[in-house]
Amino acid sequence: MKYIEEYRDGRLARGFAARIAVAARPERDYRFMEFCGGHTHAIARFGVAGLLPANVRMIHGPGCPVCVLPVGRIEMAIRLAERPEVTLCTYGDLMRVPALQGSSLLKTKAAGADIRVVYSTLDAIRIAEAEPRREVVFFAIGFETTTPPTALAIRLAAKKSLTNFSVFCNHVLTPSAIRNILESPELRALGRLHIDGFIGPSHVSTVIGTQPYEFFAKEFQKPVVVTGFEPLDVMQAILMLIRQVNEGRHEVENQYVRAVARDGNPIAKAAVAEIFELRKSFEWRGLGTVPYSGLRLKTAYAAFDAERRFDLKEIAGHDNPACECGAILRGVKTPAECKLFGTLCTPDTPMGSCMVSSEGACAAHWTYGRFHEQPRKVA
Amino acid sequence: MSTKPYRRRLDIRNGRVDLSHGSGGRAMAQLIAEIFHQALDNEWLRQGNDQAAFDVRGGRMVMTTDAYVVSPLFFPGGDIGSLAVHGTINDIAVGGARPLYLSASFIIEEGFPLADLKRIADRMGAAAGSAGVPVITGDTKVVEHGKADGVFISTTGLGIVLPGLDLSAENARPGDRVILSGTIGDHGVAIMSTRRNLAFATDLVSDSAPLHDLVATMVEAGGHGLRVMRDPTRGGLAATLNELAHQSNVGFRLDEDAIPVRPEVAAACELLGLDPLHVANEGKLVAIVAPATAETVLDAMRAHPLGRDAVVIGEAVADDHCFVQMTTGFGGGRLVDWLSGEQLPRIC
Repeated sequence: MKYIEEYRDGRLARGFAARIAVAARPERDYRFMEFCGGHTHAIARFGVAGLLPANVRMIHGPGCPVCVLPVGRIEMAIRLAERPEVTLCTYGDLMRVPALQGSSLLKTKAAGADIRVVYSTLDAIRIAEAEPRREVVFFAIGFETTTPPTALAIRLAAKKSLTNFSVFCNHVLTPSAIRNILESPELRALGRLHIDGFIGPSHVSTVIGTQPYEFFAKEFQKPVVVTGFEPLDVMQAILMLIRQVNEGRHEVENQYVRAVARDGNPIAKAAVAEIFELRKSFEWRGLGTVPYSGLRLKTAYAAFDAERRFDLKEIAGHDNPACECGAILRGVKTPAECKLFGTLCTPDTPMGSCMVSSEGACAAHWTYGRFHEQPRKVA
Repeated sequence: MSTKPYRRRLDIRNGRVDLSHGSGGRAMAQLIAEIFHQALDNEWLRQGNDQAAFDVRGGRMVMTTDAYVVSPLFFPGGDIGSLAVHGTINDIAVGGARPLYLSASFIIEEGFPLADLKRIADRMGAAAGSAGVPVITGDTKVVEHGKADGVFISTTGLGIVLPGLDLSAENARPGDRVILSGTIGDHGVAIMSTRRNLAFATDLVSDSAPLHDLVATMVEAGGHGLRVMRDPTRGGLAATLNELAHQSNVGFRLDEDAIPVRPEVAAACELLGLDPLHVANEGKLVAIVAPATAETVLDAMRAHPLGRDAVVIGEAVADDHCFVQMTTGFGGGRLVDWLSGEQLPRIC
């Protein structure tokens, strides 16, 4: 329990804020991207941005698995759930994501489809065991943190010889996405997007380690600090990034030494490698098609692959043309720069995916931070 | 009800509710007599009329109604029966009124164990008895298996406004203090701890309690300074303060460090990705109080067992946007917004 108080201590926060203010050189700007939606949420919820000097800015990255899932993949899940024999098991965040023609999993469920919110892959396995006549499909999404549990579920289903369980796999990879952002035309050629460094998510690195970031820290000369999700972790990481920038270093540093090792978790990595293989490419909302950024089930586990089992075809989806989720996910625009933000698009009536998940940049900004933009009236 | 039209008593230990218990016939009369009348006994129910008659004196009355569909029916610190009494009493109490009478209607699913129904009725009777607010009329319906989930209860309450009070959600003004009667999130987390798939071990119990006596104490201490009161149930403290902000056209500034949250609630919320500010309470109230009387009201609350942890958590401010803002314990600032959709755990 104590971890909550210790890593949220206001006195220590002020100490970090003072050290950041001293370290940040007034003659320049510092722009850091927190890749992960969990960090976006923490920064907004604890008011971290308000403790930073004006020339240190955080840019929200694409690390929210709900936000980067393209409309077409949601639509595929909806059509799958509409089959009478299918029970679709999903994490709750996906229920309200808008798909084609205003549909969503929530509306599809209301219309009679058997869609159930689960809290873990094992819940889906239990449903498959308890209801052998149902075709139970787990809607798997997420980065390296949620991939090992999916791998273990498939391994368990194989061990139990379950014939009515499969996975609709949408797992994606963090390093590929960061690399894609660094190679994007805005960053490379146009110079519109300037990012001085990255905050890497600690939970991803508990699995993959810090080593996968070393290549592009060197290649693109951008520092990376892998850090935890408590606000003090984030503050310390920001200080570490500023120091790297000031000293002209571009290294991968590990702030989260309490759980992250350079090589990650070999058991989890082995489980993932046993079950999954790389797709040649995968579509990301906002980033477009990113090579070698998604996973699918290996042929040996084809029986558990919902895409093969139900012969699912890719569906092209289009976002509302005014929706800026794409630019926001790449850090090119802020939520408030989208015309739909707070007018047509709110957490209660989301138009784009960034507004749906609590970890989406738009939802975090709407929920915790939108008063920053309002002219402040004095009481 | 001097002579009974049925020979054998209900088999409460092994029996189940069937459709005949809602048919208006002998079985229904027996169910009502042996379960509900026994548990909720009072002079009005004893008369066995289709309505209860009582005299009213002059004054301003309040009336409220609420449906209870909680799952599970029995949870740590309470059950649907006592909740149906406390919840409706509290809706009357936060209107600054003394609750007088309750009615209760039951929608029962075919097959529901009589033993559970009796337990619920008994708890309801005990809650009404200790609150001093009798259930004076009621109704029973039975629906086919699968058309309800065990039992749903709806209660209506009548009360009379305490003298000298003018409470309304439009009354909050800049400078008013926001007083919270105790810890938040206890009820919601206690319920969640029992939900399938979420089950986690905790000693935490629901805060379900009747608040009318606490309210009477507050009114006595500083009634003229009370602007408005609410019990932050579904949607939690965040929803309540956003509602009041919009209705009074003010903003609120809160201090996160001042808001009492039990460590076990904070831990459970952290685990489930929830914010205690959005979690339901069933025995807490928020009072918006004029600054001059805030201390007096607070002292009176703290002297009452249900207000021991009462505290000022912030104040109303002039704000055309009606934002509820909070200084976080971390030192930053953030909005406290309504909950959107359901409370969903984060997935990564």
